[in-house]
Amino acid sequence: MTLAEGVQLVSFGLLAAMMIGTALGVVLLSNIVYSAFLLGGVFISMAGMYLLLNAGFVAAAQVLVYVGAVNVLILFGIMLVNKQEDFKVIPRAWIGKLATAVVCVGLFALLSTMVIGTPWALSTETAAGDGATVLIGMHLFSDYLLPFELASVLLLMALVGAIILARREYIPDEPAETAVSDALTLPERPRDLVPAGKSDVD
Amino acid sequence: MIQLEYFLLLAAALFCIGIYGLVTSRNVIRVLMSIELMLNAVNLNLMAFSNYLDPATARGQVFAVFVITIAAAEAAVGLAIVLSIYRNRDTVDMEQFNLLKW
Repeated sequence: MTLAEGVQLVSFGLLAAMMIGTALGVVLLSNIVYSAFLLGGVFISMAGMYLLLNAGFVAAAQVLVYVGAVNVLILFGIMLVNKQEDFKVIPRAWIGKLATAVVCVGLFALLSTMVIGTPWALSTETAAGDGATVLIGMHLFSDYLLPFELASVLLLMALVGAIILARREYIPDEPAETAVSDALTLPERPRDLVPAGKSDVD
Repeated sequence: MIQLEYFLLLAAALFCIGIYGLVTSRNVIRVLMSIELMLNAVNLNLMAFSNYLDPATARGQVFAVFVITIAAAEAAVGLAIVLSIYRNRDTVDMEQFNLLKW
């Protein structure tokens, strides 16, 4: 990335502030839909960070996969289980929250002292820059070929597993006569249809 | 010049926010979102190390691509599990999902 150092520093500061702010919003806001949209903000600022780190390809993949797929998937999940419910109040829940906050701050302090105290062996080579995309392709098809293929199989398994898990469970009333024609279909409980255009507050 | 330490500190902060959300939220979907935050923090670490310690070969970027792949699969399966639990228990409250607890 050929940017002036001041520009890099300012954009890092802006992206860091945006990332921390939106991440806190994701965790702390009470409305889950706002949280989901703020999660998109975290992903976008993460892509900006990747651009600052000379990784244009991964930044594009981040925007495509996270903002375009994962965030939309989470929004769909919220819409599918959108139940306005007031959670039952647990007595002394603040103790757990306080303990978690203390543990998290302690972990952050530990990590920061480690990060600052360690003498990192910084490399002086020039970054691959825009050639990184070619390098990633070379890696994927030479020394990382096996993980690449395994990832493809894992994605297929996740696809099938998600469909099986999310379908409505089917309990047949009578033992099914072995029909050959629908041997490859997945039986599913029929849903009770909601009339269109009807609000649920009547 | 931006130092490596800045990125590592930022990733640590994001990871801690993710852990806090993971432990304290009661909505299942928010728990999934916190897991995504933590995965992103790890990715930022990988990319920072790739850029500062090993810039010529870009191995960290390959790792980050793999992590993004696994995270997408995890989100899909996680949401499917959430949907099926929601159909069983008719709630999204983490405290009600104690089928295996007592």
